[in-house]
Amino acid sequence: MSLKSPLGQVMGLGSARGGTGHWWSQRVSALALLFLGLWFAAELICLESLGYQSLTTFMSSPVNAVLLVLLVATLFFHSLLGIQVVIEDYVHHAGLKVVVLVLIKFAHVLAVALGVYSVLRVGFGA
Amino acid sequence: MTTKNRPLSPHLQVYRWQITMVMSILHRATGIALALGSLVLVYWLASLASGPAAYADAQALLGSNLARVLLGCVSFAFFYHLSNGVRHLVWDTGRGFEISQLYRSGYLAVAASIVLTAGFWLLVL
Repeated sequence: MSLKSPLGQVMGLGSARGGTGHWWSQRVSALALLFLGLWFAAELICLESLGYQSLTTFMSSPVNAVLLVLLVATLFFHSLLGIQVVIEDYVHHAGLKVVVLVLIKFAHVLAVALGVYSVLRVGFGA
Repeated sequence: MTTKNRPLSPHLQVYRWQITMVMSILHRATGIALALGSLVLVYWLASLASGPAAYADAQALLGSNLARVLLGCVSFAFFYHLSNGVRHLVWDTGRGFEISQLYRSGYLAVAASIVLTAGFWLLVL
């Protein structure tokens, strides 16, 4: 049970009942990815090699590991929001749409978990 | 409701291509490509976490000629989606909707994505 009043629950949500939440999340994650993406591209340029030793040293730095975790998490969050809209646009069968949307969400959460765990494992020195 | 076989709007067969519509379609296409490309990033990170042997396998796979071409395409998709994304963020503030501004920002975003992609690979390699 929600403690919000019925009016409070629908305020600003409009007839689509979703409000501007999806749109706003997409913009904020886009801005974050602008910085994180350019940071990652710059680091790839600055790394002396993409060898195992060079990368594990890079990721053992707390700042690099944390920024990589944020990059992976934000990347797949932004991707989920975008792919969700693509599916809603092109998959017209109501049942199939729900199934695909749930599968896409599972795939994104799996990818985030794998990516974050991998960065942390290297960062903590596996 | 029997609304099947009605004509689509815009009429795709006779629709004149413009940079504005092509860039809009490309933004979505590169977004889908990047969603797939980010799986490569996770594969790369997971192989790194799995140890030197697994990472050597990943390096061999990602270093193949086909993979190099695909990574080149993904990098262009990244810089295009980034440049055009900035264009979208400017639009979200309500600016830049005059036809002349739309064309100018469009060509600017395409130029920026080509320059960024070329610059990135020149510096990496």
